[in-house]
Amino acid sequence: MSDPIAMATQGRGVTEASDGVGTLTRKDFESDQEIRWCPGCGDYAVLSAVQNVMPELGIPREKIVFISGIGCSSRFPYYMNTYGLHGIHGRAAAIATGIATARPDLQVWVVTGDGDGLSIGGNHLIHALRRNVNLKILLFNNQVYGLTKGQYSPTSEMGKVTKSTPFGSLERPFNPVSIALGAEATFVGRTIDVERKHLPQMLRQAAAHRGSAFIEIYQNCNIFNDGAFIALTGKEKSQNRIYIEHGQPIRFGPNNERGVVATSTGQLEIVDVAEVGEDKLLVHDAHRGDPGLAFSLSRLADGPTTPTPLGIFRQVEAPVYGDGMESQLRAAAEQQGPGDLAELLMTGDTWTVD
Amino acid sequence: MSTQIAPPKQPGADRKELDQVVIRFAGDSGDGMQLTGERFTSATAFFGNDLATQPDFPAEIRAPAGTIPGVSAFQIQFSDHDILTPGDAPSVLVAMNPAALKAHLKELLVGGLLVVNSDAFDKRNLDKVGYDSNPLEDDSLKSYQVYDIAMTSMTLEAVKGVGLNKKEAGRCKNMFALGVISWMYGRPLKPTIDWLDKKFARKPELAEANTKALKAGHAFGETAELTAFEVKPATIAPGTYRRITGNQAIAYGLLAASVQSKLPLFLGSYPITPASDILHELSRHKNFGVRTIQAEDEIAAAGMALGAAFSGHLGVTTTSGPGLDLKSETLGLAIALELPMIVVDIQRGGPSTGLPTKTEQSDLLHAMYGRHGESPLPIVASYSPASCFWAAVESARIAIKYMTPVILLSDGYIANGAEPWRITALGKLPDISRDFTTQPNMGDDFWPYLRDDVTLSRPWAIPGTPGLEHRIGGLEKADGTGNISYEPENHELMSELRAAKIKAIEEDIDPLEWRGDEDANVLVLGWGGTYGAIGAACRSLRHAGKKIAHAHIRHLSPFPRNTEDVLGRFDKVIVPELNMGQLSKLIRAEFLIDAQSISKMQGQPFRSSELEQMILERM
Ligand code: SF4
Repeated sequence: MSDPIAMATQGRGVTEASDGVGTLTRKDFESDQEIRWCPGCGDYAVLSAVQNVMPELGIPREKIVFISGIGCSSRFPYYMNTYGLHGIHGRAAAIATGIATARPDLQVWVVTGDGDGLSIGGNHLIHALRRNVNLKILLFNNQVYGLTKGQYSPTSEMGKVTKSTPFGSLERPFNPVSIALGAEATFVGRTIDVERKHLPQMLRQAAAHRGSAFIEIYQNCNIFNDGAFIALTGKEKSQNRIYIEHGQPIRFGPNNERGVVATSTGQLEIVDVAEVGEDKLLVHDAHRGDPGLAFSLSRLADGPTTPTPLGIFRQVEAPVYGDGMESQLRAAAEQQGPGDLAELLMTGDTWTVD
Repeated sequence: MSTQIAPPKQPGADRKELDQVVIRFAGDSGDGMQLTGERFTSATAFFGNDLATQPDFPAEIRAPAGTIPGVSAFQIQFSDHDILTPGDAPSVLVAMNPAALKAHLKELLVGGLLVVNSDAFDKRNLDKVGYDSNPLEDDSLKSYQVYDIAMTSMTLEAVKGVGLNKKEAGRCKNMFALGVISWMYGRPLKPTIDWLDKKFARKPELAEANTKALKAGHAFGETAELTAFEVKPATIAPGTYRRITGNQAIAYGLLAASVQSKLPLFLGSYPITPASDILHELSRHKNFGVRTIQAEDEIAAAGMALGAAFSGHLGVTTTSGPGLDLKSETLGLAIALELPMIVVDIQRGGPSTGLPTKTEQSDLLHAMYGRHGESPLPIVASYSPASCFWAAVESARIAIKYMTPVILLSDGYIANGAEPWRITALGKLPDISRDFTTQPNMGDDFWPYLRDDVTLSRPWAIPGTPGLEHRIGGLEKADGTGNISYEPENHELMSELRAAKIKAIEEDIDPLEWRGDEDANVLVLGWGGTYGAIGAACRSLRHAGKKIAHAHIRHLSPFPRNTEDVLGRFDKVIVPELNMGQLSKLIRAEFLIDAQSISKMQGQPFRSSELEQMILERM
């Protein structure tokens, strides 16, 4: 039987994409649509970083798909000259699961926000991570609802005064990295919109990961929540950014004078390196099977107002949902032969009337 | 054995001829009544009768043994002519315990035949269902013909030598009952024996014991000279047949649609009664390349199906009751994206959790209008178990050709009901494939919303196609380019185009047919699972000399193009529905016709006899 999907997607010989994977540039990934984010919004920097990284991935443009839900960041697919689908609020992970499972040949990116991904779409997010669907999920966390003009979000700090919480929010915020680790995501990272080097590095590593890759991106909403990440982006940033790297002791500060140790109760603590000695510092192990330590690391900061880890918390290999699906399909076809409808309809008791 | 009313003595060969019989097998959930019924059905099919069946499962998964909520029943109607329903009230009731008797006796026809397992009528079982005295011993059953048979003890006796323990041996009593009924109605034992040998190939002692019990029941019927009947084979169109339930037929129909469209089938589904069997069935057929995901919820199930559709698969989601509510938002998106997708809704009693195991036709208006904004979509309705196969292929045909989500409405009654199905010759199935777009359609550009002049359908270019990269979304888009557009005139144009596209499908579906008297003044108009009951009621009315006609709508959106003409032929249009008049509202709104509603809201299908009465009252 001819396979229409294979026929449609096999390429047309020499094309800009198939002959030019290596020669694609950032421009090839820019769509002709006018960008509508507020001037100064952190989303611009992320879009730019993504468009810069794309040509490096060596993937034909037509094999890349961007899926989003609803919110400021969810406009993202319109600006990428790839395949894209701007979905409905919260459901991007579900729609993307369908795409990635139907078509393992595609690289599927999900762009979501703190409201889209953790409020209305929280369920889909954790289940996509639990299944380890082959998705690259970028969660733009600006700790506020931007598109609906400034209500508190599930990552807003307690006491936050917004239009819908004039007396302050009563809710404890989610920590997106903790959520992802709680769902045992196989790749969990965090970075910041203004991180010109770190952000692209994270994108590259997420792209290379087989399975669900989740990156929380602290993104400044200069209209409704300006300065939410000032502790990490302002004058004191060198005191508050804890870059974590696999295999390296965790230390930070302008002179690397502070570090992280595990206490006897298993909790993590920030210490002066001089006081405890270098060899007591926790060596970051992103490849640990048990996500417990990475989870503790994610709890180090109460919010992005104190020293906060950035980088890859966890990166482990695990069966990928779509791969499992494909191998079941293959095994079934091998064992039972390709599906024969006429034969199937004849299964069970049949009788013939002449 | 003792009978309260001595049956007329008859030699075995001298069978009393009947044109049709309705038998209900009832017993405890653990008594194997579904299996007994199914085996009887198979033998009946082999024998050549026309038939229809309906199971009645307990709502609870494991109700306590011997109680009324634990009773499971299976009804079959078979005949020497073509029949349309599993029958109204049974003329024969097989009751394996007091609970089964209590639960079902009220429906047995007066003068009907009652076959009971007298061994189960001990004090404990009688107490459990509140019988003060044993109905087999008082005169409460005097209006029925009762055969009380010590089935358990005779079964134990029959299987003695096989080496089963007492519990296992006792379990064979359903085969004893089947043997008794098989003798009474002249059913062959061989299909059942063959089936037992196959089923218990690895446990030959069970095959042997069950076969012994079956034969013992049969022999008992003969030696005790129970009344013997004969229902001659029906005239049935030649062909190869199988028994099929509605849900099975939907699963097979979707597989057929996948083959005929050359698109891989993708099912996103969340377990819900009574739709789950479609998920179960399709999950087994991975060698057809079917991808099934049990999603985290109904919303995700729909989203996954839509994502798969965007990727070039035949995206399907199956649901029931409140699940349809949860799919509404995704349906709206699919309408805006103009992607093919099928939502199968097995209707059940609502609102809310309602009556999960009971049937209803109350989702029609939801299917029609249950989305915000102007959001029309096609609706196809199956009308019998076997018709579900057609409905699935038809839904896929429309979805793919017109790039639109389609709702397929079935219901709990046809989902679980079964009937013989003349296996569709695959060569007769339509080719429903379409080509993916692979070339730019506007100079060097690709416009995802450049429509086909005739169908108004947009091109389908799937990810992976070089050069056709494009973005689509739920925001209103400009006709043609598909770019976001907030222009007032464009929104009006797009709303009109979306509606016109659905309306145009009326040219591409079968016209509405009607059956009955040319000079009838009254038309009974139905849709969905009421087909059999309406057909039987009309047939009976015509036998009684009434002039009447029946039409059954299979496409509810858009209506067949000749609907108004057909309805206009009659002075009176009566619309029986298992809802509070949803189709009749649509008919009134659409055609300004004074359609009269007949409504039933009991979670039960119409009985053809009650329907006959209700129609008569309105004629
Ligand atoms: S509202 Fe905030 S998040 Fe949204 S576009 Fe404007 S600055 Fe960016």
